[in-house]
Amino acid sequence: MMAFESLAELVSMGSHGPYVWTAWGATLGFLLLSVILVRGESRGVRRTLRRRLRRDAAVASSPSEDQDEG
Amino acid sequence: MWAFFHKLGSPRWFYGIAARLSPWCWALALALILIGSVWGLAFAPADYQQGNSFRIIYVHVPAAFLAQSIFMALAASGFVFMVWKIKIADMAAAMMAPLGAAMTAIALLSGSVWGKPTWGTWWQWDARLTSMLILLFLYLGVMLIRRAFARPQSGAKAASVLAMVGVINIPIIKYSVEWWNTLHQPASFTITERPAMPLEMWMPLLIMVLGFYAFFAAFTLTRTRTEILRREGHKRWVKELFEERP
Repeated sequence: MMAFESLAELVSMGSHGPYVWTAWGATLGFLLLSVILVRGESRGVRRTLRRRLRRDAAVASSPSEDQDEG
Repeated sequence: MWAFFHKLGSPRWFYGIAARLSPWCWALALALILIGSVWGLAFAPADYQQGNSFRIIYVHVPAAFLAQSIFMALAASGFVFMVWKIKIADMAAAMMAPLGAAMTAIALLSGSVWGKPTWGTWWQWDARLTSMLILLFLYLGVMLIRRAFARPQSGAKAASVLAMVGVINIPIIKYSVEWWNTLHQPASFTITERPAMPLEMWMPLLIMVLGFYAFFAAFTLTRTRTEILRREGHKRWVKELFEERP
C-alpha cells in the first residue's frame, strides 16, 4: 500500500521533499552517470585498440615495409 | 587451490569470466535498485519520529556500506598485489577506487541533507562524520599517489601501501559511534534501535544494499576488462580475440 495519498504528497514528502529528493537525485544521478561513463570508457579503449591492430596489420602486409625490413 | 588462485590472476582468464558474469551483475543491480527505490520512496511507511526524511536512509546506508567495503577491498587487493605480484588485483583496485570515493561523497552529502531536518545542522565535527571525511581524503590520496610516479609500477605499489595503512580508518569509522559521544548515533539510529523495525521499512533497505553491492561488482568487472585491454593490448591473445570478433 502506498504511503502517500497523492502524487503531490509524494513529491512534497510532508515538507521533507527537498532533502529527500536531493539525496536521492544525487545518488541515482551518479549511478546513471557512472554507467554512461563506464560504457564510454570501454568503447573508447576498444576503438583505439581496434584501430591500432588494423594499422599494424596494414603495415605487416604492405610489401614496401617488408622490403625495408629485409 | 593455488592453481585456481593463479588462474584467477591471469588477465586472459579473468577477461573471459568477467564477460560472462558482468551482464548478470548489471541486471541484478538494476532490478534491485529499481524495486528498492520504488518501495523505499513510495511504499515504506513514514518514520514515527522523523517523518519522511528517514527515506534518505535507503541511499545513505548503502552508500556508506560500499564506501567502507570498497576501501577494505582496496587494502586486500593491495596485499594480494604486493605479496603475490598478481597484476589483476592492482587493475581491479585502480578501477574500483573512484567508485569508493564517490560513494563516500554520496554518504557525506546524503547524511548532510538528512542532518538538516533531523539535527538542525548540515555538518558537525563529530567522530562519525569526521572519520568519513578522512576516508574521502584517503580515497583521493590512493587515487592521486598512483599517478604521482613516472613508472606505473611504482605508483601501483604506493597506492597498495597507502590502502593497507589507511584501512585502519575503517574500524575507527565503525566504532566511532561507540567510542565517542556523537550526534550520529542517537539521532540517526533510533530507527534500528527500535525493537521491531517493521519489515516494510528494513526490507527495502536490504534490497538497496544488495543492489549497491551488485552495482559495485558489475562496475568493477566491466572496468577491469577495459583496463585489461588498455594494459595488455599488445598481447597475442588480445589480438587473436579481436581478429575473431572485430
